[in-house]
Order: sequence, then C-alpha cells, then structure tokens
Amino acid sequence: MNRYIFLSEPGNRSSDLFFYIQKALAEKGLDKKIGLVRTQNVGFYSSMPVMRVIPDDIVYKDLTHENINRIIEEHFIHKKPVTQLLHKVASPYVRLENRNEYYKQFRIVLRNMGCIDPENIRDYIKRDGYRGLEKILKNKMTPDDVIDELKISGLRGRGGAGFPTWKKWKLTQEVPGDEKYVICNADEGDPGAYMDRSTLEGDPHSILEGMTIAGFAVGSRQGYIYIRAEYPLAIKRLEIAISQARELGLLGPNILGTDFSFDIELRWGAGAFVCGEETALIASIEGNRGMPRPRPPYPSVKGLWDKPSVINNVETYANVPVILDKGGSWFAKIGTETSKGTKVFALTGKTKNSGLIEVPMGMTLREIIFDIGGGIKDNKKIKAVQTGGPSGGVIPESYLDTPVSYESLQKLGSIMGSGGMIVMDEDDCMVDVSKYYLQFAVDESCGKCSPCRIGGKQLYDLLEKISKGSAVDQDLDRIKRIGQAMLKASLCGLGQNTPNPVLSTLKYFPEEYDEHIRMKKCRTGKCKDLVTYLIDPDKCIGCSLCALRCPVKAITGEKKKPYFIHQDMCIKCGECYNVCKFSAVKRD
Amino acid sequence: MNEEKVKLPDSLLEYIGQWKNKKGNVIMVLHKVQELYGFIPRAVAMEVSTLINIPLAKIYGIITFYHLFKLKKPGKYRISVCLGTACYLSGGNDIMAELENILGIGVNHTTDDGIFSIEAVRCLGCCGLAPVLVINEKVYGKLKKEDLAAILGRYRNQEAAVKA
Repeated sequence: MNRYIFLSEPGNRSSDLFFYIQKALAEKGLDKKIGLVRTQNVGFYSSMPVMRVIPDDIVYKDLTHENINRIIEEHFIHKKPVTQLLHKVASPYVRLENRNEYYKQFRIVLRNMGCIDPENIRDYIKRDGYRGLEKILKNKMTPDDVIDELKISGLRGRGGAGFPTWKKWKLTQEVPGDEKYVICNADEGDPGAYMDRSTLEGDPHSILEGMTIAGFAVGSRQGYIYIRAEYPLAIKRLEIAISQARELGLLGPNILGTDFSFDIELRWGAGAFVCGEETALIASIEGNRGMPRPRPPYPSVKGLWDKPSVINNVETYANVPVILDKGGSWFAKIGTETSKGTKVFALTGKTKNSGLIEVPMGMTLREIIFDIGGGIKDNKKIKAVQTGGPSGGVIPESYLDTPVSYESLQKLGSIMGSGGMIVMDEDDCMVDVSKYYLQFAVDESCGKCSPCRIGGKQLYDLLEKISKGSAVDQDLDRIKRIGQAMLKASLCGLGQNTPNPVLSTLKYFPEEYDEHIRMKKCRTGKCKDLVTYLIDPDKCIGCSLCALRCPVKAITGEKKKPYFIHQDMCIKCGECYNVCKFSAVKRD
Repeated sequence: MNEEKVKLPDSLLEYIGQWKNKKGNVIMVLHKVQELYGFIPRAVAMEVSTLINIPLAKIYGIITFYHLFKLKKPGKYRISVCLGTACYLSGGNDIMAELENILGIGVNHTTDDGIFSIEAVRCLGCCGLAPVLVINEKVYGKLKKEDLAAILGRYRNQEAAVKA
C-alpha cells in the first residue's frame, strides 16, 4: 500500500459509498496499492461524507459517484489533485507551536484520528503507540514512578468532575491485596456528545495502552471496558485491537517479556444513562440493575466485586500513553494553572461548523464558538452555550470570554462534563430547553433515591406549567427549593446535577421565565400554548401560500385579499410564519 | 407453569457456555438473545435462567431496567428517531409527531402488519446532520417532515415487491 483513503461518513454507518469506492479502485487495478479505511471523524462533520488521502494530506468533499470516479482518475492515476472538490480547510494535524489564528486546535486525544487504520495495531505503533508502556517496562519504572509522572502532568478526570487522576490511582495502589480492577467508563450517554465513541472507533489502542499502564501502576491484572451496546463499530474495533495486542504480547501474560500480566475484557451497557455513574456502572458489570450506591466507600477502595477499582473515562485513558511517552512536564505546559492538557468537545447546535474539536484548556468559549465553530448559522444572534449535557448548565453570551477550565465553568453554574457543547441562538427558548433536559433526567432516573425520583418529576411538572402559561410567581421559588434539595440529598451525580439546567437558565435568563409567567408569552414561539399567529391585513397580499401549507386548513381567504387564521383550529406549528415571504404573519 | 419449552439454537448455547462461569454474565447473555430474536421472548428467558442459574425475576428486573432490552417483537424496519439535544433543537419532536401520525402508532409500538416500529433514541452521534432518523442501519439526515412519507413509501414498495 502506498496510499490510504480514509472515508468518514455521517453516523459512521455502512453505506453504499464505501463499497462503491472499493469497487472503483478494484476496476482500475488500484486496490492493492491504495488502502481504503472507514474512519470516524477526520474533523469536518458538517461536510460529511469526506475522504482524506494520505500521505498527500488532502481532504475531498462532495463525494458523488461521479466525483469519486474523477478523483480516482485524476488524483490516483494522473497524480493531480482535483482542486474543485478540495475541502477548504487544510489538515487538522498541526504541532502545538504551529497553531495560528486560523487553526486553534491541538490534538492529543485525537492524535491518531483519521491518520491510522484503527484495525491495524502496526499503524498505531508507527505513530509512537505503546511507547509509553514500553518505556515503563524497559526502564524498570516502579508503579510510584508512573503515578508521580501523572502527578507532574496534572491530568484530571475527563469524565466531568475533574478528580486528579494520580490521586485516584494512588488510592487504589495503596490498598493491600492483588485482586484489583481497572475499569474504563465508555458509557457515553449525554445527548449531543460523541467524543468517546470517536476515540474508541478511531484509536482503540490508545485506550488499551492507557488502561494497561493504569494496571501496572495500581497492581491490577484485569481490566474491563464498559461500553455502550449502541456503539457496535467501537465494540468491533476494540475486539480486534484486544486480539492484536494479545498476539504481540502487549496484553495477556508477561507483557513484553516482563512479569507484568494484564488483560482486558469488554462488557456491554444496555442503554441506561445512570450507568455512567461509577457505582452504577460497577453494579451493571456485576450483572445487576445499574443503580448507584452511597459513597464512601469509593470504588478506588471498594469497587467491582468489592475489590479496589480504578475507574476513568475514555478520554482520560487516551491521555495517559502520551504523558508517559513525552513526560508529565511536557503535558503540564499545556492548559491553565489548574486544568492541564486539552479537552475534546462535541461542538453542536447552531454553529456553522459542528463536529469534534480538541483545544488546549484555557481557550475562551468565544474562540471555540466563533473561531472554530465559525459563528452562528443564518446570521442569528447567539443566546447561550450549554456544557455538560443534562448535568450541566447554560452559560449566557455575556460570559463567553471565560477561559474553559474545570473551575471556571463550575463557577458559572455549569460543569465541564464529558464534553458536549451545544450552542443556542435567539430562536431557542430557555424554558423549553430546561424542560428538555429535565425530561431526559426524569426518564433516566433509576428511582432508587426519592430526591431524584420525585424531585425531578416535580421540577418537570413546574416547567410544564410555566410553558403552558398557568404558572404563578411562587412556582419559581418552588423550583429553587426543590433544586436545592436535590442538590444536597440525591444519592448520585445524576440527581445532584439534574436541577443544573433549570437553575442556571433561571439565573441568567430570569426575564424569559418572567415573560412566560406574567405576560403568558414565549418570545421564540417554542412554547406553543403561549403563541398566537395572526395575519397582518395591511401586509398580506393574498398569495395563499400559507393557506396551502397549513396542515390543518386553519387559514382561509380569497386570493389577492388578506387571509385569516381561525384561532380555534390553529395548532401553532408556525408553518405560515415560516413560509410567508412578506412578513405578514405575526407571532404574538 | 405449563408454558412451552423452547429449544435454544446451538449458537446461543455455545455463547452461554463461554460465559457461564464468568461473573456478571447475564447482561451479555441477554444481548445475545436479543441479537438472535430481536427481543427477549419469555420462554427463552426461562431457559437462560436455568442455564446460568439466575432467577427469572432478576432477569425480568434487568430487562425492564435497561432501555435496550425489549419484551415485544419490533417491526421489520425499526425506525429510530433521534431526540438528542441537537436534533431536538432542530425539530426532532416534529419529525416524531409526523411519523406517529403517518404510521398511526406511538413510540415503542409496531404497526399491525409488523413492518414498522418506532423508537426514540438519544443522540446517534451525527449531530451535524440534525434532525436525524435511522431505519435499520440507514441514516437519514437534515430531515424535513415532508420527506417522511416518501421515505416510508420506499420501504412499503420494497415490501410489496417482495410479496409480489
């Protein structure tokens, strides 16, 4: 193989495209020379599918069958890139010192994404893979040395709470006994977040290596990856990676000829959000309903099958090999005083560019949203950004210059979370958004403790009341009181953080709540019970477009005369408002 | 209990054999059952219960706790509508409502002819294409509700062609 095509498709599911390219290459006799790899995310989500050709480092978009034939003919046979089909943004793989105002990202976790064939261990090794582990074993480092290196690096848990990784490992290491476990939390469940999935699909060995290093540091022989069953490709690639690592003696008994043995097994989740909580996750691996238990004792001391267990998430493990390879002090140079390294975000919502990004900690939200995300679609105004998924909060436009770190986001009433970052514009109603997150939390509450089970539902009902216009002023106090109670009394992070979206929107957008309650109005039209659509007779030219589009035939009139909306029939879908070319439909 | 006993297929028996002596195996075994049958039939769950020595009640508890496990057979074409945040903000709910309207069934139900069933899912990981739905393995992105009738029509035609 002298060239590789990395094909990145939406949702990373099988489509005809892959097979078409395969066939086209074979027809030209190029299938032995050019490798075709299906990969997750080469960095340009909004223009998917795209393909990246290496070593040429060229990204093509608009992959119709016709264009693929053209690319094969011109690029691979005549060696001339097809300039019309090039993706405008060049390579996402730059060195830290080469970052510039056009390209502000820096990849540690996503270092191999779209550069290696994730199903081939040798590709990973070629890009310095397993060098961290080799260094530990060859240089006869002790577990304490490894933990010290992590301490220097300042790496903190990327699952959301930001507990220092070295401390977690140290706690487990200090417990006597040789039955300990290393667990990888790959139960990524926040809606709008897919960082871990991309890492597992694009670079599975980085997780295996990170876990093996953890196994060495804490004195464990067995690791488990708890992965969502909804990620079949990630599961498949992990299985391939595990068997290849075993073949090369990088997993299993006597790793690299030393007396250190470590192996990894996969356990599938089954679609329960709460299983991302560490004690619930352990219950699920043990074959039970995934319900959390009170802490302490923490899993570091008493975890899986009551044995000391280290639990970290995917992104945390992906950082570990690099830290051991390049040194903790290299890593500590990146980021802020308290938050070191980079963070991967799934930037989605109303930005022009959406996709996975990795940026040094300390970058401001504004840089992320406007410089990387390209600003807001359709020239709308940004209203807020939501981080941390259903456990996080919203941050209003006025705080966009906050540098991203664990502390700064928490201070604003949100959390870093696992990395979902959803941008909202003026069309999004804060009451509606809070209701959405609460609905999610209510669905996913395991029901074990009453603050979460009952409190969540009560909050949801109150928000429902507000969105229907039947709430009273006191309801806002009730929301705050219930929120506080949940925060203090819930058993696990799910319940404790459930009030975050509503409390933070209430804090930053009190006027929107006020409008809903006192004026019975929703400025965005999202809360349908509070909206009336009317036709302005002075502006309506009687084109009948709205009447044609109205799904319930609530609009009548004569052509060339003003039309009329029958309020008793209107379902407030907003179709007339959207189609009217003369701004004659008013939303009130 | 005079429920009919079922004979489990060899592939399942072999799989259970591999997992039998591992701790916490029940969820993995149930995944395999669902992969083979599309849901977890009661008779199969009873067999599994005997084979791995876990009470049926506990298996039932697990099935009902986890969203992925199903007690009812899904349709031939499983429509999963994404209601993740990005899709929600781009009108995923409207897509769901329209779909329910066209098919005349609610979420987690199957049409009488067994062809379609609707599920709501949380984030399929392609937020750039919101709103999104997936029919079996095929992704339909940047949807408008007007597109739905045509998409479903294609599957209906396919079915009609198979029958004819």
